[in-house]
Amino acid sequence: MLNRGRNIEKGRVITRRMFILAAAKILLFAGISSRLYNLQISDREKYEILSDKNRIREWKTPPQRGIIVDNFNKVLASNDRVFQLHLILDEINDFDVTIFKIKNIIGLDQFEIKKLYKKKERLKPWDTLVVSDNLTWEQFSKINLYLHELEGAKPVLSTSRFYPYANDLAHIVGYVGDASPKDLEKPEIKENFVPGLKVGKYGIENSQEKMLIGNYGIKRYEVNASGKRISQIDYIKERQGNKVNLTIDIEIQKYAQELLKGKAGSICAMDIYTGEVVTMASSPTYDPNKFTHGINQKDWQEIKNNPLKPLINKSIAGLYSPGSTFKPLVALAALEYGILDPNKTIRCKGHKHPYELYGVKYHCWKKEGHGYMKLRNAIKQSCDIYFYEMARLLGVDKLSIIAKRYGLGTNVLGDLYNDEKNGLVPDTKWKRRALEQSWYLGETVINGIGQGYIQTTPLQLCLMTAQIANGGYKIKPHIIKDESINYKDVINKIKLDQSNFPLHEKNYLDDIKVEFYQRMYHKKSNINFVLDAMFGSTNEQYGTSYKSRYDDPKYQFAGKTGTSQVRRITDLDRELDLDTDQIEYKKRDHALYVAFAPYKDPRYAISVIIEHGGSGSKAAAPLASKLIKRIIDRHKLREQFNNGNTSLA
Amino acid sequence: MLRERIQSSNYSFIDKLRSIDYLLILLIIAIGSISVFAIYSTEGGKFSFYTKNHIIRLSVFFSLFLVLSFVRVSTWYKNAYLFYIVGLVLLITVLFFGISASGATRWINLYFLNLQPSELMKIAVIICFARYYHRIQSSDIQSYKFLIQPIILLIIPCYLVIQQPDLGTSILIAGSGIAIIWLAGLNIKYFVYSGLLLLVSLPFVISVLKPYQKSRILTFFNPDRDPLGAGYQIIQSKIAIGSGGFFGKGYLKGTQSYLEFLPEKHTDFIFTLFSEEFGFLGSIILLLLYILLIYRIINVGLVSRSFFAKLYCFGFATAIFLYVFVNIAMVLGMLPIVGAPLPIMSYGGSSLLSIMLGLSIVMSCKIYNQEQISVY
Repeated sequence: MLNRGRNIEKGRVITRRMFILAAAKILLFAGISSRLYNLQISDREKYEILSDKNRIREWKTPPQRGIIVDNFNKVLASNDRVFQLHLILDEINDFDVTIFKIKNIIGLDQFEIKKLYKKKERLKPWDTLVVSDNLTWEQFSKINLYLHELEGAKPVLSTSRFYPYANDLAHIVGYVGDASPKDLEKPEIKENFVPGLKVGKYGIENSQEKMLIGNYGIKRYEVNASGKRISQIDYIKERQGNKVNLTIDIEIQKYAQELLKGKAGSICAMDIYTGEVVTMASSPTYDPNKFTHGINQKDWQEIKNNPLKPLINKSIAGLYSPGSTFKPLVALAALEYGILDPNKTIRCKGHKHPYELYGVKYHCWKKEGHGYMKLRNAIKQSCDIYFYEMARLLGVDKLSIIAKRYGLGTNVLGDLYNDEKNGLVPDTKWKRRALEQSWYLGETVINGIGQGYIQTTPLQLCLMTAQIANGGYKIKPHIIKDESINYKDVINKIKLDQSNFPLHEKNYLDDIKVEFYQRMYHKKSNINFVLDAMFGSTNEQYGTSYKSRYDDPKYQFAGKTGTSQVRRITDLDRELDLDTDQIEYKKRDHALYVAFAPYKDPRYAISVIIEHGGSGSKAAAPLASKLIKRIIDRHKLREQFNNGNTSLA
Repeated sequence: MLRERIQSSNYSFIDKLRSIDYLLILLIIAIGSISVFAIYSTEGGKFSFYTKNHIIRLSVFFSLFLVLSFVRVSTWYKNAYLFYIVGLVLLITVLFFGISASGATRWINLYFLNLQPSELMKIAVIICFARYYHRIQSSDIQSYKFLIQPIILLIIPCYLVIQQPDLGTSILIAGSGIAIIWLAGLNIKYFVYSGLLLLVSLPFVISVLKPYQKSRILTFFNPDRDPLGAGYQIIQSKIAIGSGGFFGKGYLKGTQSYLEFLPEKHTDFIFTLFSEEFGFLGSIILLLLYILLIYRIINVGLVSRSFFAKLYCFGFATAIFLYVFVNIAMVLGMLPIVGAPLPIMSYGGSSLLSIMLGLSIVMSCKIYNQEQISVY
């Protein structure tokens, strides 16, 4: 019985303890339930986002670059079809083997393979490696043939930048290339960048990046834990970059480049009212297409080592003494300030009796001298002696006010080109500040013939000529079409202003700021005098560019030659008086020419510079003459097109 | 000494059928079916290897369960120690002839099944302890002489399993053993003292743990410590469960598991997959099924006459609870990842076999619940 009692007791203990355990179990299960509640109901959103992040991976797809067109909508920079080979890294088991096979199929050299390995190191395991972004058709078809043996290889039809006019536009449009770390700091690139995307390196491609780059697309894929794509769930299409419309006429540009072939130099032409740059040729040039996929060493060395410096955009980055092309502006300044009566006569006596100032001799370019000269004749025949004296009377500071007003000394196209130079229009203040020296009168004298400190770019000279030719109105030069301004109104307004002589409150002799499309002259007659003298220079006997003239009033132009010395001319040189081709190339003078056309009712201004070309009248003026004819021939077409009659394109 | 008659001969077959716990069978079938669907989902909705194997094992072991249910409880009682010894021998065999996978040696190749003896040991310990305490007088339970024996019986398999290494199973074995010692009525003070002792010796215990075990425990306290390494499983599992929400992502639509973010999704992390696809609602239902299962097992204990049956049922119920709790708490990030399968749900033959075996003993307790078991 004792046992039985004990057994009952034992049974009770077991049951009691079981209930205690059961209570603990219920508590713990309650703990699990509340944890589940926490995760799945309270924090659900947080984990949903995490889950999506987990399973969705984004691939950015590169946008097509905006195209660049000329004034007539002709495509200057397009996107061409290219054949590429991509490797999907997460589909490759043995990278070495795959690369070896590819090497044998498309023929990569050791250097290229090294580059691929380096590139691969920077990529994530699920990224795509671009083995080649520009395969030949032969390579591409070979790859397709062996595709079954190449794991992860993907032949891709893609687009890449193409410049149909190659060399003709290198300096204007520029070129694209792989983005450098510095490029990636630019916000417009940083925001839209996709690995492998080409970005603008120079020119319009570079400065108009924001317009051209477009927006990348996004492909969202569902991926598994190792990053393998399972399915595409979303595709936001990429947006092509905007079109950039240039004011350049590619026909003129092509012709200008052709004229410059074999020479180093520049030709610029612009509309004297609208400021539209019609051509801005620079020679020698290079093929921007070569840069798109990374230029090869041989081509690069060839460009880099060319003594004529193809990489320099001579129109805006080449600095030249304007030489005699500066004379119309000197004359204008002298007239405006009333320094001298245009009828004042000065005698040019040739090299035997040069102009003398404080014992320093200043020679005219003409050995035998011009004889008795009045201002008009001095411009026409480009007599240096007359200008020495005029500059001396005028003084450099007054000259500098006018020179700056007419477009010298500051860059013309703003920040479109990162290499555009400001040039230099010296004055006494500048010299004191920059060189910490006082100004010498002798420097004023040579400044009067466009030598000395003064430095200009060809485009500045073109602008200067344009702003004299349009009657002395400030214009806004541009190379990208500006749709915000109605140029028809601008031209009418300027022409009305020219004929009405309205009163202006400003004192145009002070160093004042002039608004766009407002007049810059003090007296209209002074402008007209200079224009007439330039007419003489081209269209009258003894004029320096008489040989290049047109008699047909349609093409008739007026201009001014210039010959800019690249070194000091010694007495020995004067004695020898060598012809241009007898002098060492580097020592030859630069040949310059500025002009506007047609003389009656002018519309275009042009500047030509041939480096070491010799004299302006022989080397530069004939080219200008040829180009002017071409520009005027195309003027009607341009007018019609720009006034909305696009059907001509 | 009182000799009690064994009354088993009185049971007719009809009686036996009548006393079967049909609800328990229903629960097993329910959880079993859910497990088939869950494993089918781990394979991305394809009827292939794991699903096929799981179905085969379920049907084989379920049949085994039904057959073994009719084995007399006294037979289980008589062979309890033998069961334990066989388990121990198998564990030692593993030590020498075991096959390895992912750095652990836990299995014996039986050709049709890679047997994991540590899983069998979970049941063996319960049945062995139930027999041990069945015959001990309640007055003797508190004496050291009778306490030291089960502790040795517990330490040996635990030590062997830890050597494999398999911390999770070892803890579960120890847990079930301790549960029975508790049920048998050992004074609370022993539990309090040993608990305190464990706390004090914890630094020492941690120092002898394998590096991967240590890292798991450290990672448990801070999963972000190594999000792609040891913490990966916890983080991914939490993401999967959390993103399931109330109703879940829908069957076969669990992106986390479908896209292979989940490690070991068909074994230890099966609950994660289930919870991602069926949400809070489904998880609670599954949890309720387990609670019901445990309740039914306890109920069998309550209606059994013998201490052996009571101890066994309560012990086994506690073991089931432990397995479920450790597994779910683990995938919810409440416990370190120690490697413990979810009973019936997880893919794995040995675990399923031992659970079914355990359940068949429960059923046998039910069928022969009036059977008195003589102490000798």
